[in-house]
Amino acid sequence: MSGTVLWATVVAGALGCYLLKLAGLSVPAAWVEQPWVARVVDFVPAALLGALVAVQGLTTGHDLVVDGRLVGLAVAAIALALRAPFIVVLLLAGAAGALVEILTG
Amino acid sequence: MPRSARSATLRDAVGLGVAVGLYGAAFGAAADAAGLNVWQAMTLSLVMFTGASQFALVGVLGAGGSALAAVGGALLLGTRNTVYGVRLVPLLKPQGLRRFGTAHWVIDETTALSLAAPDRGLARLAFLAGGASIYLLWNLTTVAGALGAAALSGPALAALDAVVPAAFLALLWPRLRKGFPEAAVQRRVALGGAVVALALTPIVPAGVQVIAAVIAVALAGRPRARQEAA
Repeated sequence: MSGTVLWATVVAGALGCYLLKLAGLSVPAAWVEQPWVARVVDFVPAALLGALVAVQGLTTGHDLVVDGRLVGLAVAAIALALRAPFIVVLLLAGAAGALVEILTG
Repeated sequence: MPRSARSATLRDAVGLGVAVGLYGAAFGAAADAAGLNVWQAMTLSLVMFTGASQFALVGVLGAGGSALAAVGGALLLGTRNTVYGVRLVPLLKPQGLRRFGTAHWVIDETTALSLAAPDRGLARLAFLAGGASIYLLWNLTTVAGALGAAALSGPALAALDAVVPAAFLALLWPRLRKGFPEAAVQRRVALGGAVVALALTPIVPAGVQVIAAVIAVALAGRPRARQEAA
């Protein structure tokens, strides 16, 4: 991806997200508070974040790949279940990924 | 308003701001791993300023996705801020030009802080104090994370590769936990999203599987017949 396209992506995404915020303060509440709209918006983050966890953790290009990232995810899940702070979760996941790389690389 | 309520609100807002703001380092690192330079990472934190969308944009690009898929993912995740805005209007009553500034800080954390405040005055204080501390720290740590990640090599790069999916899991986790509204349904939808994305990975252009995963929202079923105050 060229530098220009990357910049266009960054700027378009940033402005779009800002306009979504501004819309909330500007449109009549009734538009947004329809039961179906509220239902979809409530669950979009779970669907997308679930997809991103899977894609980032288990795929490379078009292939399913099992490597240190999956071990990192497992460690992160345990740390999250034990209510560790975000930063600790990420450090543990990173350490697990590095360890797998050292042991198998 | 009582002094103690004021200082408790401030303490909560700044405390949350510091905890969340540090997370910007993970975003900066993820942006670097996806091929963005420091200026692009900074632009996202300064202008987009909504964590899940920022992570989604660089996550899709990092997976080799197109610009359209990356922006689409960020916007889909950004729609919840629209709903937050609607809920905040009666509390913050932003007038005239101030609406444009207020809108910039409408995110998960400032909404939660404002809605939890005992009255309108404290809601505004919580919004401003939480927004300011998160904005400041999130941007500083973004730069630190991006510069730090750019200097990594060898096993440290493998560590970074493992941090990015863990960061998404950490963003998702609070929605799955007991106590979140309809946590069991959230879990079903998250799992559905993951399955759809993995199933589509071999056949669709990179990044599209993430957008396509929104069909998993259908697993949530129809709206409940409830009219609770949001």
